[in-house]
Amino acid sequence: MLQITCPYCGCRDETEYSFGGESHVSRPAPDAGDAEWSDYLFNRSNPRGIHYERWQHRFGCGRWFNIARDTVSHEIYATYEMGDARPDLPGKADN
Amino acid sequence: MLKHALGRSQKWPPAWRDAMPAKHYDVVIVGAGGHGLATAYYLAKNHGIKNIAVLEKGYLGGGNTGRNTQVIRSNYFWPQSSAFFDRSLQLYEGLSKELNFNVMLSQRGILTLAHSHHELEGIRRWANAIRLNNIDSEIMTPEQIRELMPLINLDCRFPIRGGFIQRRGGIARHDAVAWAYARAASQHGVDIIQQCEVTGIDARAGRATGVQTSKGAISADKISIAVAGHTGVLAKMAGFRVPVTSMALQAMVSEPVKPCLDTVVLSPVIHAYVSQSDRGELVIGGGADIYNSYAQRGGIPLLEETVASVLELFPAFSRLRLMRQWAGIVDVTPDTTPIMGKTPVEKLYISGGWGTGGYKAIPAGGETMAYTIAEDRPHPLIEGFGLDRFQSGALIDEGAASGVAH
Amino acid sequence: MAKRQKNRLAEGGCIDRSKPLAFEFNGRKLQGFAGDTIASALLANGISTVSRSFKYHRPRGVFSAGVEESGGLLTVTSGNGDIPIVRSTLTALAEGKIIRSQNCFPSVNFDLGRSLDFSHRLWSTGFYNKTFKWPHWRWYEATIRRLAGLGKLASGEDNTGYFHHNLHCDVLIVGAGPAGLAAALSAANSGARVVLAEQEHEVGGSLLRQAAEIDGLEPDPWIAATLATLRQSGNVTVMTSSTVCGYYDHNVLTIADRSDAGVKRFWKVRTKQVVLATGAIEQPLVFCNNDRPGIMLAASAMAYVHRYGVRPCASMLVATNNDSAYAAAFSLHDHGVQIPAIVDVRENIAPALVQQADQRGIPIMPGSVIIDTAGFRRLSKARIGRLSKDAQTVLPASRWIRCSGIAMSGGFNPTLHLYSQAGGKLHYNVQLACFLTATCAQQVLVAGAANGRFLLPDALAESVQAGAQAAGNAGFECRPVAISTSVAGSYALQANRISPAGDTHRQWVDWLHDVTVADIEQAAQENFVSVEHMKRYTSAGMSVDQGKTSNLNALTLLAGLTDKPIEEVGTTTFRPQFMPLPMGVIAGQRRADFYQPARLLPAHDWHLAKDAVFEDYGAWRRPEYYAGNGKDRAEAIRAEVLSVRRNAGLFDGSPLGKIEVKGPDAGDFLNRIYVNNIQTLKTGHIRYGLMLNENGIIIDDGVCARLEDELYLLSTTAANADRIGGWLEEWHQCEWPHLELLISPVTSQWAVITIAGPDSRYILQSIDSDIDFSAESLPHMSLSTGVFAGVDARVQRVSFSGEMSFEISVAAKHGQTVIEHLLASSAHLKPVGIEAILVLRTEKGYLHVGADTDGTSNALDVGFAGIVAKKQTDFVGKRSLLRARDQSAERRQLVGIEAVDKHENLQAGAHFVTTDGAAQRSEGMVTSACYSPTLQRIIGLGMLEKGFARKGETVTVFDAGRTFSARITDPVFYDPAGERLHA
Repeated sequence: MLQITCPYCGCRDETEYSFGGESHVSRPAPDAGDAEWSDYLFNRSNPRGIHYERWQHRFGCGRWFNIARDTVSHEIYATYEMGDARPDLPGKADN
Repeated sequence: MLKHALGRSQKWPPAWRDAMPAKHYDVVIVGAGGHGLATAYYLAKNHGIKNIAVLEKGYLGGGNTGRNTQVIRSNYFWPQSSAFFDRSLQLYEGLSKELNFNVMLSQRGILTLAHSHHELEGIRRWANAIRLNNIDSEIMTPEQIRELMPLINLDCRFPIRGGFIQRRGGIARHDAVAWAYARAASQHGVDIIQQCEVTGIDARAGRATGVQTSKGAISADKISIAVAGHTGVLAKMAGFRVPVTSMALQAMVSEPVKPCLDTVVLSPVIHAYVSQSDRGELVIGGGADIYNSYAQRGGIPLLEETVASVLELFPAFSRLRLMRQWAGIVDVTPDTTPIMGKTPVEKLYISGGWGTGGYKAIPAGGETMAYTIAEDRPHPLIEGFGLDRFQSGALIDEGAASGVAH
Repeated sequence: MAKRQKNRLAEGGCIDRSKPLAFEFNGRKLQGFAGDTIASALLANGISTVSRSFKYHRPRGVFSAGVEESGGLLTVTSGNGDIPIVRSTLTALAEGKIIRSQNCFPSVNFDLGRSLDFSHRLWSTGFYNKTFKWPHWRWYEATIRRLAGLGKLASGEDNTGYFHHNLHCDVLIVGAGPAGLAAALSAANSGARVVLAEQEHEVGGSLLRQAAEIDGLEPDPWIAATLATLRQSGNVTVMTSSTVCGYYDHNVLTIADRSDAGVKRFWKVRTKQVVLATGAIEQPLVFCNNDRPGIMLAASAMAYVHRYGVRPCASMLVATNNDSAYAAAFSLHDHGVQIPAIVDVRENIAPALVQQADQRGIPIMPGSVIIDTAGFRRLSKARIGRLSKDAQTVLPASRWIRCSGIAMSGGFNPTLHLYSQAGGKLHYNVQLACFLTATCAQQVLVAGAANGRFLLPDALAESVQAGAQAAGNAGFECRPVAISTSVAGSYALQANRISPAGDTHRQWVDWLHDVTVADIEQAAQENFVSVEHMKRYTSAGMSVDQGKTSNLNALTLLAGLTDKPIEEVGTTTFRPQFMPLPMGVIAGQRRADFYQPARLLPAHDWHLAKDAVFEDYGAWRRPEYYAGNGKDRAEAIRAEVLSVRRNAGLFDGSPLGKIEVKGPDAGDFLNRIYVNNIQTLKTGHIRYGLMLNENGIIIDDGVCARLEDELYLLSTTAANADRIGGWLEEWHQCEWPHLELLISPVTSQWAVITIAGPDSRYILQSIDSDIDFSAESLPHMSLSTGVFAGVDARVQRVSFSGEMSFEISVAAKHGQTVIEHLLASSAHLKPVGIEAILVLRTEKGYLHVGADTDGTSNALDVGFAGIVAKKQTDFVGKRSLLRARDQSAERRQLVGIEAVDKHENLQAGAHFVTTDGAAQRSEGMVTSACYSPTLQRIIGLGMLEKGFARKGETVTVFDAGRTFSARITDPVFYDPAGERLHA
């Protein structure tokens, strides 16, 4: 069971959170072409390795935030606020 | 069999040959799960292509083929899905004889439950759609359900109002399916190369030319990817993206007991499905963990939820012990329909996005992909399953239409 | 009268001879003592055959004294039904237990199933894959299924109390043998919060079965002193009868706690550090007929003597490949068990051991192995052969030795199941011929025998360090305690476990699944040489013990057969549960009413008193109809519909989702969310709106009221309230964080009472209120606030029935009083349930999202093309509606439908069909249907291909095999001009 640290409330079980999928996906302008739009709608990086993803502390403060998590070991390397850039994680290779 | 029983010194013949990679193949298939092996078999048998290699990172049949809950059915909502999955079921029906290997297909029926009047309408909608696709389905009353499975708790937290059954649905031994195809493909001269990880896909001018592997470079006229949960990783090697999310789908088995459940039962609301294997174990499927994962491990929240769901349906199982819990990595598409056919890279084909339902599709998946590779155009049964549908919006949304994950 | 316990020693052991316990085994009345396990009590009574094996129905006896048991799996009755597959070696004996053998017919001593054993060569590995194909597997399946299974599903009521608990600690130590106790002393010394979990009912582990001296004390006093120290420390929790079953991500572990009778607890432990002091499991030797009753693991035989005061057999041959079994031999001998010989694989045996054996008159047979055993039902003799110099063959000369039991040791294999579950990798250690830890990403240390320290001094020395280090890693001071032990010892293992002689079909590797050496040889010949293939093909290691005594030997065999080092063959990954766990334990209290507890209306009791028939709609339990309104369901619903059309009905709409959005940018935000234009909505007014996901699919609908300049109230479908609340937050926080607003879900704070029907205004006007209900001040789609029936209320004039309708919201606690007040005020007002409302809305052609629409329906499919086209600004899902596919006229579109023959039973779920040649093809379906009491015929709504253009057309409807004709109509059947709505 993942233990996720909400930046506002502290460490809690994964059951207190909602998963929001990959973060840093930018929404195209309304005049985007079909290809760009479908890429935004459906394609995600889905890495085997570090995934920059967003979670909401649903049964807590309700805030959304980002974490960098390894999709193989499930280890969480970083937690950062919405709107912050992806953190540098030297030595943590994307595999 | 008898020969071996009576003679002491007889040696058993190998089920398949181990091969070292040649420099070049007509077709290289990445992934020796059920789909990859079946594709190789049908390429050899139906299309006369013999110079084929199936490359496997681990051991054959060791991914989702050997980790699923063995359910086979074709009760799909949309005609495209039905046609494809029923072809698969038909092939399953003849598979033990075709491959001369008993895959222990047990058509014991699969029952889907409805827990409210509203859901019963949904079940009716679904069952009618299936019948219109010329596939068997019968609506059942709660009394008929009780007769079919006396241990069911009709009066559970969300009382059972009815359901529908596909009697041709059932289970088959998953490992045997992989072994049977491996054996048959090998007999047709296919090279099955295990412990051979693909690390790169070579392409020149938008056309696939070969693969880099842990056992060296292999060139190929055509390459097909059939790697289940790792579809995204392979697509990335080839330079394109696929709309899949990899997740850990959980399954579990109980200790074996004498027969107590003769049907596969599934509840879309009380999220669980359960059947009893021929060995006597209850085989239980739950959902997938909510987050991206490539770890073949199950977690606690889903375990608790799934087991509680099974006990809500069958309180009599409360003292039966759960023996093992595991997970398989499934690649889920936005519309829960697989991605099959050609890719943006020429001569590179894909069969993935099987989500939670790839096992039942193995025979038809292999047959149609073999056609697609041999003819360089999608088999008619999988025309709607291409990658292009995500751009056009022509999704085949099984989950959305029938209200259940497939 | 219970029989004398013929194998019980006169003294010694951790049992209480003053507390006899009567029990029954296969109908025989027997006696044991407090402190016994079921297995020790059976052995004390001289019971050798306790069960039959899974496949060949071979007689089996007690094989071990722990979790690795393969023979003593029994059915036990103890006031909670007949429980199958009970591990007799871990289950405490209790007064009155009724114990039965399983997997045998008619009895454990004469089992007809044994015929499978006599014909065993027909049933070798994979036999079911190669046979039973003709004519079809189903001809054989039923028989095979009946033969399979260990025991029967428990019968009778389950009256166990199942509870879940949570626990947080700094260091969790798994296993309270010498290593665990030592680690706990150090960890406790540092001040960390320590939990020590032991699966047996008492702590001590291997100390309970051996002679030793620690800190100058014998094992028993040392254990007692240690426990006292730990308890006094105040920061250590010691749990017994508590098996750590699962090791999950982020250092969360689960414990199944059986320490209280009648109760099973499931602990979820979050810990900073884990110390695995799980010990090691003795591995069996593989020789011909090594599965007869009386053959057991040497350390277990010693445990029966020391811990339970039981002589397992009168005479036991000891067979070993290492030094550890000598202690067992001497100990058994010293307690009156005759030891005819020690058969040792090794040529050279430590002189000290030889000397001790000589003193006792026990002959040692070096360089020898057992090659066969004999006996009817139980063991009577064993045949010993001498190994060749290279230990690869057995020399021709051999001899039989009489014995009633065999104590064997193939050395130990660390219990690393939890380490493997945690994602840890194992590697094979050639010297110790077992698997040890390699790497693990989690915060875990391994100490003692679990780390290959099989000698007590080494285990203790390592464990005091590990306990201190774990506390240190958890942020405490690292303060190891000192423990001294005077016991010397040696292990000196030689890796041979598998006898090179004899019929391999009779050499058991997996006792539970009846897998023999021949099966593994066959698997290798057939090229099932990957460890996973071998395991799955032969089913070795796949039974209820997950291969605790079979994996290592199977791997060793496979390595030999494939000429590979074991290291290269690899091992399988262990999965939870370490020991199988009743499903009731995992579900805990999530049963019946506590399985997703129902949400009740604020006025639930009132509805109950009014004879409401309840049904679950999503999480809410709501009145479906009121039984008092008619003689059956249909009639009651009909009467309720008509009361709304003719007079007035009262509907409790409290579950309606309610979300407040407040702030300067609230209007801007909602305009991005709704398909409809919200910017032009004036304060005090209400607008119906549709919400889409980014793919253009309808996810919800409802009204949006502008309560104040910067305050909006959204209503959502009851079932979607939580989801939509979360979804709005996501858009705000993740996509448009610059917009200034707050989102507050307020669903459960309000009771919502809807009064609908032509008399509704008149009824409301009769209640004491400062709200003006006239058509001029409160037109359709507007709102007002004030005092109503003495409480603060908000009234929204909205309708889901097509009649003039007022939605009165009051604080949840006032809901019931206001309902009572309203009902008392007019004889024309009737309570109506949700089914009547669904009929009313179908008559009016109002959309029911989730019934009329599904995950494929977009905004254009339900007639929103005009609104979409008119809205200039962007909204969620807009871009997707521009795709050609979404705009296609071929799509399924919302229509009304009625059967041509009025008496035809048109039902939701039927399909519209068209005939393409011979085949019928669905072109959509009936999504809602009901008998309309107002129109006195069955009507419905549906989604039909090109539906908008097909009004008036007659179509074919298909339902459960029959077809009939129906007419496509406008979806609005009732009051299309809206006169009643706006009255």
